[in-house]
Amino acid sequence: MTALLTIDHVSKAYGSIQALDDVTIDIRSNEFFALLGPSGCGKTTLLRCIAGFEEPDAGSITIDSTAGVATDLLALPPNKRPVNLMFQSYALFPHMNVQRNVAYGLEREGLPRSEVAARVGEVLETVGLTDKAKARPAQLSGGQRQRVALARAIVKRPRLLLLDEPLSALDRKVRAEMQLELKRLQHEVGITFVVVTHDQEEAMSMADTIAVMHNGRVQQVADPVTLYSRPANVFVADFIGDGTLIPGSAAGGTFTALGRTLPCANPASVTGAAVIMLRPEFLSITAVTDPEVVLEGHVMETHFFGGSSTTVVRVGGLDAPVVISSPGAPRHGVGDHVGMTWAAADAVLIADPGRDPGSS
Amino acid sequence: MPKVGWLRVPLVITYAFLYLPIAVLVVMSFNASKTPFIWTGFSTKWYGELLNNELIREGFVNTMIVAVGATILATVLGTLLAIGVARYFRSAIVEAYSLAPAIIPDLALAIGLLALFGMLGVTLSLFSVLLSHVVFGMAFVAAVVIARLGQTDSSLEEASRDLGAGATTTFVRITLPSLAPAIIAGALLVFTLSLDEFVIAFFTDGPSTPTLPIVIYSMVRFGVTPEINALAALLLLVSFTIVLSAQRITRLTDSV
Repeated sequence: MTALLTIDHVSKAYGSIQALDDVTIDIRSNEFFALLGPSGCGKTTLLRCIAGFEEPDAGSITIDSTAGVATDLLALPPNKRPVNLMFQSYALFPHMNVQRNVAYGLEREGLPRSEVAARVGEVLETVGLTDKAKARPAQLSGGQRQRVALARAIVKRPRLLLLDEPLSALDRKVRAEMQLELKRLQHEVGITFVVVTHDQEEAMSMADTIAVMHNGRVQQVADPVTLYSRPANVFVADFIGDGTLIPGSAAGGTFTALGRTLPCANPASVTGAAVIMLRPEFLSITAVTDPEVVLEGHVMETHFFGGSSTTVVRVGGLDAPVVISSPGAPRHGVGDHVGMTWAAADAVLIADPGRDPGSS
Repeated sequence: MPKVGWLRVPLVITYAFLYLPIAVLVVMSFNASKTPFIWTGFSTKWYGELLNNELIREGFVNTMIVAVGATILATVLGTLLAIGVARYFRSAIVEAYSLAPAIIPDLALAIGLLALFGMLGVTLSLFSVLLSHVVFGMAFVAAVVIARLGQTDSSLEEASRDLGAGATTTFVRITLPSLAPAIIAGALLVFTLSLDEFVIAFFTDGPSTPTLPIVIYSMVRFGVTPEINALAALLLLVSFTIVLSAQRITRLTDSV
């Protein structure tokens, strides 16, 4: 499948701060794509470059218009680009009612009144705000404003809809509802969505593809499952999901840390400084005397969540404790001396070239 | 919590100090007697006399020319100044200097303007008063509009661009309407300030076209007459109405 939007070697600096550093991403048609990263990672800058409110210092951004002809987005002013942005603050026009807000973009296209009215009515029905058509933004709840902002953007039928932290202004309960709603709408209207978010759960639950960004660079572009199970580098392994990273070094097909050889998948794939990543659900606790034990330590705390529980174990020589999740109630008390095992296939070996292998 | 009665005493005294002169003025404007401080009965004849006073009528016309002209010019220029300062310079120093004419002493501004008009060879007339009132009026409009710009979300303008509007459409349909309450409030403020401005007008006006405050000043030199009281009461009514409506306009649209 060919890319709808091609971001090619885009860089942007503000003074000495490199907001975007050689970013290359392809976004496919009809995809729900998420740009995920901590604040200041450059995700919003990238979104604003696509929308036309920032200009990259280098690189190109093209959109595949009809029949496979690429259009240079950077040559167009924001009002001529076939993309729309849903602002984090929603940016609803306070002096216009819901209907006028939604109609604004269509009126700018010079469409006949009857068509504008029909399309506005249609989109308000899609987002379930038909009865609020005459209300001013100030009279709406947070969730309703968000839906007006969404309606105002999708009524233009853009090739690409950009959403800047679309759920961050909502409270927790409404946010969960709107996650599902956004996903449903994306299927319904068939528009490619690009969402910027710092919330990994949000990205994981909504997106088909996620680009993880850090310090202006793309760390990994993958589907949520791959991102979780096969992180490309230490940053992604640390940022996505819970887990324990054990630093060590790989050589000659074995990974060594804490003075012993630890089992991991594909041990020959890396040579030099490396870490293994252990997800809580792939670890099991056993008696220290078990011959299978690979690591041992003392239980620091336990948490019971009803269906499952987590046990936090302090291992001598490791800075961070190891977190193990298991079904049912915790079977060990604080202070117990326990052993841990895992299957080699579940421990992901990741090269860590930035670190001196002798340091741990 | 029990109410502490004596705490109201300073409040009452302060209000009395503030409003007693105004009360005296308004009451005495309805006094039948020519002697200003002795009440002899109710009458509205001084309001009638006002209309027949040629000097006051002329002064009123002159003042209206200055106030209306200065308000229009100061509102347009002050709004542009505010947008320029808040959106394109973002410098605290530039902003402070743009607001200075509203704060510097009238006397200093008056003398400065007089010197400048002299240097440029401008004949002193209503036009020079009008220009002078534009100078400080502009600063007041800019101050109000800058405050409003600080509250408005600049992403509104970006959203308008994003939805397909050009720069001009965005300015007319989004920027101006969101600033309208501040612009109107600023205009009303300039109008009331210009209406009774004395010091600057006194310095920059030509001798044949006195504004109303100058006319009143020359009349008061021979003592306060009930006629002057009536005139002052009318000015008070106009100012109050304008200030209250300005407040109402700002409040009505602030809820967004």
